[in-house]
Amino acid sequence: MIPEIGHFALIVALFLVICLGTLPIIGAARNNAVLMGTTRSLAYGQFVFSTIAFACLTYAFIVNDFSVLYVAQHSNSQLPVVYRVAAVWGGHEGSLLLWVFLLSAWILAVAVYSRHLPEEMVARVLGVMGLIAVGFLLFMLLTSDPFERLLPAAADGRDLNPLLQDPGLVIHPPMLYMGYVGFSVAFAFAIAALLGGRLDATWARWSRPWTTVAWVFMTGGIAIGSWWAYYELGWGGWWFWDPVENASFMPWLIGTALIHSLAVTEKRGAFKSWTVLLAIAAFSLSLMGTFLVRSGVLTSVHSFAADPKRGIFILSFLVIVIGVSLLLFAWRAPKIGLGGKFDLLSRESLLLSNNVLLSVAAASVFIGTLYPLFMDALGQGKLSVGPPYFEAVFVPLMVPMVLMMGLGPLARWKKFTVPELVKRVRWAFASALLIALLLPLTMGKWTAMIALGLLLAFWIVASVLLSLRERLAGHGNLMQRVRGQSLSYYGMQFAHLGVALFIIGVTLVNGYETERDVRMDVGDTVQAGGYEFRFNGVTETQGANYIAAQGRVSVSKNGKPVTELFPEKRQYNVSGMPMTEAAIDTGWLGDLYVSLGEPIPNSNGAWAVRVYIKPFVDWIWAGCLLMALGGVLAISDRRYRIHRETKARNRGMENKSGTGNLLAAEGKQS
Amino acid sequence: MKYLLILLVCLLPVFSHAGEATDMAADPVLEKRMIGLAENLRCLVCQNESLASSHSELAEDLRREVREQMQKGLSDQEIIDYLVSRYGDFVLYDPPLKKSTLILWFGPFALLLAGAGMLVYQLRKRKSRIPEAELSAEDAQRAASLLDETAEPSNQPKDNRA
Amino acid sequence: MMRFILPFVVFMIMAAFMYVGLGLNPREVPSPLVGKAAPAFTLPQLHEPSKQFSPQDMKGKVWLFNVWASWCTACEGEHPLFMELSRKNIVPIYGMDYKDKRENGEAWLRKHGNPYTLVVSDIEGRVGIDYGVYGVPETYLIDKQGIIRHKQIGAVTPEILDETILPLIKELQAK
Repeated sequence: MIPEIGHFALIVALFLVICLGTLPIIGAARNNAVLMGTTRSLAYGQFVFSTIAFACLTYAFIVNDFSVLYVAQHSNSQLPVVYRVAAVWGGHEGSLLLWVFLLSAWILAVAVYSRHLPEEMVARVLGVMGLIAVGFLLFMLLTSDPFERLLPAAADGRDLNPLLQDPGLVIHPPMLYMGYVGFSVAFAFAIAALLGGRLDATWARWSRPWTTVAWVFMTGGIAIGSWWAYYELGWGGWWFWDPVENASFMPWLIGTALIHSLAVTEKRGAFKSWTVLLAIAAFSLSLMGTFLVRSGVLTSVHSFAADPKRGIFILSFLVIVIGVSLLLFAWRAPKIGLGGKFDLLSRESLLLSNNVLLSVAAASVFIGTLYPLFMDALGQGKLSVGPPYFEAVFVPLMVPMVLMMGLGPLARWKKFTVPELVKRVRWAFASALLIALLLPLTMGKWTAMIALGLLLAFWIVASVLLSLRERLAGHGNLMQRVRGQSLSYYGMQFAHLGVALFIIGVTLVNGYETERDVRMDVGDTVQAGGYEFRFNGVTETQGANYIAAQGRVSVSKNGKPVTELFPEKRQYNVSGMPMTEAAIDTGWLGDLYVSLGEPIPNSNGAWAVRVYIKPFVDWIWAGCLLMALGGVLAISDRRYRIHRETKARNRGMENKSGTGNLLAAEGKQS
Repeated sequence: MKYLLILLVCLLPVFSHAGEATDMAADPVLEKRMIGLAENLRCLVCQNESLASSHSELAEDLRREVREQMQKGLSDQEIIDYLVSRYGDFVLYDPPLKKSTLILWFGPFALLLAGAGMLVYQLRKRKSRIPEAELSAEDAQRAASLLDETAEPSNQPKDNRA
Repeated sequence: MMRFILPFVVFMIMAAFMYVGLGLNPREVPSPLVGKAAPAFTLPQLHEPSKQFSPQDMKGKVWLFNVWASWCTACEGEHPLFMELSRKNIVPIYGMDYKDKRENGEAWLRKHGNPYTLVVSDIEGRVGIDYGVYGVPETYLIDKQGIIRHKQIGAVTPEILDETILPLIKELQAK
């Protein structure tokens, strides 16, 4: 019964979003207040029914309803409850339902937090989001129904893939999807602006917080995915340039370009058509990612089971959404106008060159990911493009990007002169260079790559410190000056520092990691990275739905015990699948990572054991966390807070004279 | 009895002696070289994994093949050629530079040049296209008085706020 | 003005490629050995390990070389086709038991029938690697000069047999 309710709820939601996607937009075009007035109720309604559908599927998983095909394929009665819930999005159909649910939540959020926006804008934005929801709901109902029945019901389910039975599954997909779906808001704002024929700094101010929130989620989602791969897969890697990973990285890169471009548009009213194009591109890449993962055109460890029929549907959806948006862009963009004036050498142009770099980086990832497909389609045979390509192309692009990351916040708006800028930064650059040249010597090995990475990272740190010093220096109350800087300023610095941490982590772990792959009898020790690892044998333990051979490894340094690690080799009861669960000691200076290989036959308990020393590896994800934090700070800035008086005044104002005066009103208020 | 005790104490180190673990690989240096090469090769039966990290049987066989060829003294390039002549370019994660991969390898750089060029061109053009906003005398005075009101003693360049 | 339509054009080209891509199989790896000499080897025979076989022995004949294993389920699917083909006596079929225990291979043939003139044992899979084998079953069509003319990846189906392999065999035998 419950699955049928869920299915019905999806149908109702579909009808609601069809209305949401049509009535308000027509209303905005014809200035029909009645039609536009339906917007919010439709938004609330579709949220209610999407939630019902999602709740029904979750319920089916929790109570082990194996008469639902999807539940039988991805769950099992022995599966712990938390993973039964996470399994809702463990497969294709359920993950689509997650998409739809999160999209409905974003639609609700926009409906609630848009009281200060003019009615036609709200109508258009929610209308566009509604149209996207139409596509996804139709896709689900026509080709990927999670509520499809399995009759007669299975006695028990096929179990969730053991690799997915991990907290990572609970957090990573929802967070990542919040990012993917969140970019639809920026997209909707862009389309709404193109439809309305008006694009200005105010539009950028409205758009920016939504885009930043989506970006924050995307950053977190990708970072958690990377960390999960690191501790789960057992060989210490954290990024593989796999097509699905790239499918998330591309929108992130464009999203980063977008938030910087919005900064220029908000500040100077400039480069608006470029910003709009980036907004369309970011979401298009999100959609394209959906296509790549589910259609079978690319091979990936992450891809869902392929079905060409589904591929055709998504591709058609893609072509309609992106094609129409780009046609609209081609038609309306020429009328947008140029905005404020600035010099060839100015903060604006530094930001814009960074955008060019980020876009080229995204394009390179795109080319690399899809090249095998292009070649095959042209009959040129099969080709693989892997990490060597991406690293060779991406790393050189990062160098000028990071250089500008340091200069940008220091450069003046409108115009700066090279001699003046150089004079300000020369000591910062010199100190970064010094650290980069000397630090590797203290770590025991000096290579050009390590020095370059450190130079980039410390250049960012130095420029952040320089900027802080310039702003906070002077006589009088320091704390007052600290509080006087805007949150978005601190957000920017935090985010850039996050990049610095990230670069340090990558550089040092690639430069200094060590690995030992040894045969260990009980009592044997192995030396690595200054630590001593002692193997104390393996015992059998039992988990909720698996049996494990659990190793005990004592780690000491200079004779003093540091920690005990328990790597496991598990075999899951239902699927019989083996899995290696590495044991990691996480630390600020690095990770100690131990995983079990295979037992050595005829050896009285000896095992093949892998020991990795990963210096500073956690700085990679700490850096991402700091980036996300920076984004959160930026959105908390005063100017995005919606004051009640401003709202009322704005609504009053716009009824009289259009939103041209909105800026003036807000200016007086804050 | 005393001597038995002494004997036992002397034998204690024998019982507590823990060995230094030996590398799984017969030749760790060669193994490192093999893994280094295998990381840039693709496992043919997997869903996108490198030859180094895959657990599949074919991957183990291929790693064994690479190892043995290295032991025989073949260079990395010779081993790559051997595998490519049997499995095609598909087995390489580092795509070779050929006519068909020119766009792949030079595309990004070409895009960078094009993007930079377009940016510089656009920026130069807009400078001449946008008229400088002129303040009327009245507005200029109003601006000056407002700035004097809110001015604080500081050595910050005014234009640098985020 | 022109440049605003560029994103749309680029996207549509991309979409066209993706459409074509839906009909392709990214996991199939065609063999670069087609058109080249079949790699030489000497392997013991499955049924008589003291005797050996080498593709050299087949010079002057057109023949099929089928790689299979007792642990391979897809091989069971194509096996009846080979049984029928051997009955028709069109072309000699030689088998290679890949990464299999001898007893298992022999038992499997006893159970499913033996269409092969001869079967060799590639217990360690080394000859397989030499032939670019990456899965089973795979079938090679080799001509009178010992050149590989066709490689079938995966199970042979009646359509593939009738449309591709048999016509090619006829053509090669006529030369």
